[in-house]
Amino acid sequence: MKIELRHIHKHFGPVHANDDITLTIPSGSIFGLLGENGAGKSTLMKILSGYFHPDAGEIRVNGSPVVLHSPADAIRFGIGMLHQDPMDFPPMRVIDNFMVGYPEGLTLPRAAARAALESISARFGFTLDPDAFVGSLTVGERQQLEIARLLWLGAQVLIFDEPTTGISAQQKEKLFAALRRLAEAGKTVIFVTHKLEEVQILCDQVAVLRAGKVVGQTRAPYDLDALVRMMFGKAVSKGQRTSAPLGDVVLQIKRLAVEDIRLRIAGVNLEVREGEVIGLAGMEGSGQRHLLRACAGLVRPVEGEIWVDGENLTGKGYHEFMRRGVAYVPAARLEEGLVPTLTLMEHVILADEQRGLVIDRQTALEKTRDRIATFNIRGRPNLPVESLSGGNQQRALLALLRPGLRLILMEHPTRGLDMESAIWVWETLKRRCREERTAIFFMSSDLEEILHYSDRILVFFSGQVSEPIPAEGTTTEQLGQLIGGRGFPSGKEVQP
Amino acid sequence: MTDRRTGFLFMLLAVLVALIFTSLVLVIAGASPVAAYWYILKGSLGSWTNFANVMVAWVPLLLATSGLLITFAAGLWNIGIEGQIVLGGIFTTWVLRLLQHSAMSPALILILAIAAGAIGGALWSVLAGVLKVYGGVNEIFGGLGLDFVAVALTLWLIFGPWKRPGIGSMSGTEPFPEKLWLPTVAGSRLSLWALLLGLIGAAVVYFLLSGTYFGLKLKAVGKNPRAAHLLGIPTTAYLMSAFLLSGLFAGLAGAVQVTAVYHRLIPAISSGYGWLGLMVSMLINFQPAWVAPVTLFFAILNIGSIQLPIVLKLDSSLSGVLQGALVLSFLLMAGARQRWQEKHGQEVSRE
Repeated sequence: MKIELRHIHKHFGPVHANDDITLTIPSGSIFGLLGENGAGKSTLMKILSGYFHPDAGEIRVNGSPVVLHSPADAIRFGIGMLHQDPMDFPPMRVIDNFMVGYPEGLTLPRAAARAALESISARFGFTLDPDAFVGSLTVGERQQLEIARLLWLGAQVLIFDEPTTGISAQQKEKLFAALRRLAEAGKTVIFVTHKLEEVQILCDQVAVLRAGKVVGQTRAPYDLDALVRMMFGKAVSKGQRTSAPLGDVVLQIKRLAVEDIRLRIAGVNLEVREGEVIGLAGMEGSGQRHLLRACAGLVRPVEGEIWVDGENLTGKGYHEFMRRGVAYVPAARLEEGLVPTLTLMEHVILADEQRGLVIDRQTALEKTRDRIATFNIRGRPNLPVESLSGGNQQRALLALLRPGLRLILMEHPTRGLDMESAIWVWETLKRRCREERTAIFFMSSDLEEILHYSDRILVFFSGQVSEPIPAEGTTTEQLGQLIGGRGFPSGKEVQP
Repeated sequence: MTDRRTGFLFMLLAVLVALIFTSLVLVIAGASPVAAYWYILKGSLGSWTNFANVMVAWVPLLLATSGLLITFAAGLWNIGIEGQIVLGGIFTTWVLRLLQHSAMSPALILILAIAAGAIGGALWSVLAGVLKVYGGVNEIFGGLGLDFVAVALTLWLIFGPWKRPGIGSMSGTEPFPEKLWLPTVAGSRLSLWALLLGLIGAAVVYFLLSGTYFGLKLKAVGKNPRAAHLLGIPTTAYLMSAFLLSGLFAGLAGAVQVTAVYHRLIPAISSGYGWLGLMVSMLINFQPAWVAPVTLFFAILNIGSIQLPIVLKLDSSLSGVLQGALVLSFLLMAGARQRWQEKHGQEVSRE
């Protein structure tokens, strides 16, 4: 099915999110939509999938204009979208979730649905247990379910909005294989991303968006530097690997064991020094988060000890760790990091040291303006945090970290950020390492990020933790193999 | 159009909708709406005595609503407020009964009794808090349960241990001697002490929620306890202090009902001010600045409609209809306003 977008405009208040966008998307191939955070990619795709209504412009399906009032409307025309955050029903069983949105009849066609799910799974290599609960699936499997559901509803056009955010390398391989099969089957596949390498390995052609406008279109093979210039309007690079000089030991982990119902990690020994950056690599759910949380006092270890600056803090709560200069930055910004409905300024007040009982709003306002400028946040002091874009929320989180911290623990410091923002985030973090001798302990599913910014790396494989590996001299391939289980004692290899 | 002006327009619209709805009810009941509204005004503001009565009703409603805003700030629905007012009344009565024949000065006895009322309300509220925080009982269910227990406790006291000489009756316990009444303005039932207490209470809550670290942290806990924890706020302590303070204000309301209005414990000691306070809180969208004027308006409606059965042969519950209609139409208009803003792409910012 051929999709044409003609002169699409969309405003949000003063922001011109889509500015006269005209694109033609052919069927039977994978069409990339590339752009940095806030370029207007998601908005455009939400318009195409009936989620938003454009202020002006026209959508044509196979040459004839259509008006889409809702996502249900869009799927009737054969257009379906996988959103950035899975829009499914965790408490439901796979088969029930699969039938959600099925338009006809009073009774559910359970047997037919089961058969359809099986045949779609077989065709695209999905591994879905119809009776499992959606909440127990991995993000990759939830995507498979959503793809299957849309196909069953008759989708000819499938839009994927940043589908590789938060899934492992293996899951990504599987997803890409499925996308290629979809394109071979004659579907129109639209792939929204801010990652160049994904465009390079997957997309037949790509359109680049910047500040709401289409700034270029090109076909494979790509000139990556040209794409970067289109995305940002200038050349951008990560720069050289740098390391801060190491100082005294900040964090000591001795024979630590942490567990929950699913997983146990044990026997972790590590010393982290001032200025040092340690990256935790591994497939999602291999225990990295457990270790990070234990080092912040958010999870109580079952064995072993945690020392901060020569003091045994084992079994103490997070607030005790905070008083010693430990800070935890979660990945779920609006769920754990920020308080929705409170303003940026109110966050600055809360994060700062309390002085007296009454808030000095004037000082707070100046401080907030100052942080907004320093951290390059696009937003105003009295704006509720949830109205900031994802990248600006991440900047806000960093802006809330007090100066002079001893140890920063981070989950996915740059998840969902475009290259320029990610580079900027690490610049501010590295500056803390150099100037304030802060140690950083972070987990990420981005191997390049781990290799580029860490001094040493811990690899996690289903609850086992490797000895620290120097990042310098390790290649992405080597790290990828370690994550897959090579070299671990019980080293059975995970098949991709 | 500016944010503020659209807000005002929608508010006006809400009042209009409520008036039209109530007028319709009146027409169906066979009464003239204009006459009814006129008598409400006359019955509440028509004379000094009537206005003094409005103030008498205003004080406990003001206290209860102020307290509720604290729990609402912490994201809690303190449905147990009715029971907390009742417990305030019971504790006050208890101390007055203990000390009424003692040689202590009446002023001191009254102060002790009112303080006891505050403690009683706070205890009942903290109980709901303990049930929530340590027992996993949602505060709505816990509070509702405790409301019923509180009413049952009142009835048991009135018909049991504290019954009037001879036989207990629905008219309540034996009235206290006049020296243990909060002094009133000559010729009226209004106590300036109670009024002062109410005004100070409302001012304290306004200040607490809009200007202090405590208020801001409470809001953070209410909106996102997990993020609040990571920001270093002891969430459990804040939840419990919200319960405690809210109950304290409710208990004061109960104490005022006993010492300034009824001078004894009666079965309906709370007069439903807890429920009314919940309605007001929703109506004003939990904004502390609006508590005093809107509770005053509700008190006017309550007192004004007392006249209606006599002059228009209407039930005095008409004020309830009007109050309910107001709350609903305000909530409706808040929703309508949000949709209007989304459609017109106005940025939602908070000043």
